[in-house]
Amino acid sequence: MTWLRFLLITAILRPAARFMLGADIVGQENLPKSGPAIVAANHNSHVDTLLLLSLFSPRALARVRPVAAADYFLANPAISWFSRNIIGIVPVDRAAAGSGVDVLGGAREALARGDILIIFPEGSRGVASQDMAPLKSGVARLIEACPEAPVTPVWIQGAGRVLPKGAHIPVPLTCCALAGPPIRWQGDRIAFMAELKAGLEALRAEAPPLKWRDTD
Amino acid sequence: MLIDAHSLSLNPAAHMVWGFAAVFAFLIVGTSAAVILPRFKAGEGFADLGKRMVSWWVIIALVAGALVGGWPATSALFAVVSFLALREFLSLAPARQEDRLIIFLIYLTIPISYFFVVINIYMFYLVFIPVYVFLALPFLMACIGQTKGFLTSTATFHWGVMTCVYNIGFIALLMRVPRWDAPQAGAVGLVFLLLVATEGNDVFQYLTGKLFGRHKIVPAVSPKKTWEGFLGGWLLTAAMIVLIGPLFTPLHGVGLWTVALTLPPAGFAGDITFSAIKRDIGVKDTSGFIPGHGGVLDRLDSLTFTSPLYFHLLAYFSLATY
Repeated sequence: MTWLRFLLITAILRPAARFMLGADIVGQENLPKSGPAIVAANHNSHVDTLLLLSLFSPRALARVRPVAAADYFLANPAISWFSRNIIGIVPVDRAAAGSGVDVLGGAREALARGDILIIFPEGSRGVASQDMAPLKSGVARLIEACPEAPVTPVWIQGAGRVLPKGAHIPVPLTCCALAGPPIRWQGDRIAFMAELKAGLEALRAEAPPLKWRDTD
Repeated sequence: MLIDAHSLSLNPAAHMVWGFAAVFAFLIVGTSAAVILPRFKAGEGFADLGKRMVSWWVIIALVAGALVGGWPATSALFAVVSFLALREFLSLAPARQEDRLIIFLIYLTIPISYFFVVINIYMFYLVFIPVYVFLALPFLMACIGQTKGFLTSTATFHWGVMTCVYNIGFIALLMRVPRWDAPQAGAVGLVFLLLVATEGNDVFQYLTGKLFGRHKIVPAVSPKKTWEGFLGGWLLTAAMIVLIGPLFTPLHGVGLWTVALTLPPAGFAGDITFSAIKRDIGVKDTSGFIPGHGGVLDRLDSLTFTSPLYFHLLAYFSLATY
């Protein structure tokens, strides 16, 4: 199925993203070209994953795997097939977290195989105009197991307006992704998470302004 | 002495061949400059020039291809251009959360407006956006029920639709002029002169500004623009229109001179007006869509002002169709 995924992403998703979303990328040289590596991005929309997939070089694409919630993306057979085979997700069972089961096992294995993981450390989708949700430390636990992998912070601006949580009709609007310099594991989880948050906030400050008023 | 189209005894297609050849000659000169200049004056801001020229090649190839393809291809190309420009405008413009679906509807003005070009009903085209979209959008927004910031939002949206869809659409409309009404070089010649004069004006302003620029013209909006650049661009573009206008369009005499004198300041006005909008929003470029240029709207700003003016002057002085 890898050829179908490659074809759909390069021949349909990429041109569509360019046309409908602009898909501007600042700091493309910071995106990993080979694995193991992690891309950690803010999360406001399903468009985030599609946008990120459209930004990788064709060579890196086969390795790129978004880490996604099993309860949501494996819920029905059609979405499950599409998520696993076309998007290429690594499922994480959110419900099992804290029960002693190693929920990050699949992601850790993928990293060990040399994959490029896309992770949204906020956990679930937030509101574009508000602050980021507190970052979950799963990404630190992953990088601890694979310390040679660089973690690239990516700020996605605008996707939260194209298709916010709860909306069904995507509206074409310009999105911009900003990739910052990769962060290396230094041996301390708290320091690592602080560095990741600072990296994301710094990119946010550089992003084109979102003139979107919350009226409620 | 003005060049008289008839005395050259070229057939209309030959005028266009020479026109395109001249454009490509300028492209080659520009590309050579982009290759040579950075070697002499390193670090003088020529780094972007290479990217800029590559983008120019792509833009000109696309436009030339569409013009050769006739009105259907040109309409399709400019419908896409309208969409990209409108998308950039709506993405940057201050909007309210509730307007998301309205923004979706606003995009529908593009197929409808260009549909009137396809069925070639000028009167429908003329009133659809300025009158009926103008009235319908605020009504639909009222139905949504959010009244806070209502008037600001309606005005913002209408400004975007007028400039990006209505004004750009006149280019497609020009392509519907029949051969007998523009015997010099057909409808293609009409559009060709508009595009060459508008973009030429941008380039002439930039070059004369760079060479002789001393006195700032609107520093609060566009600090790099100078009186010398504005006047130099005006003079050179007007001269160009007077010289080549009769080869590509039925313009002559008062009509020709009116276009020559009004088009360059209109282009300048478009540039400055969009600069004010960008400054208000707090961005330098409307997006990064065209490498070396910025956004589609950054390239299109002067054209949104020159195309309706050019169309109406042409219609009044020289065309029987409109």
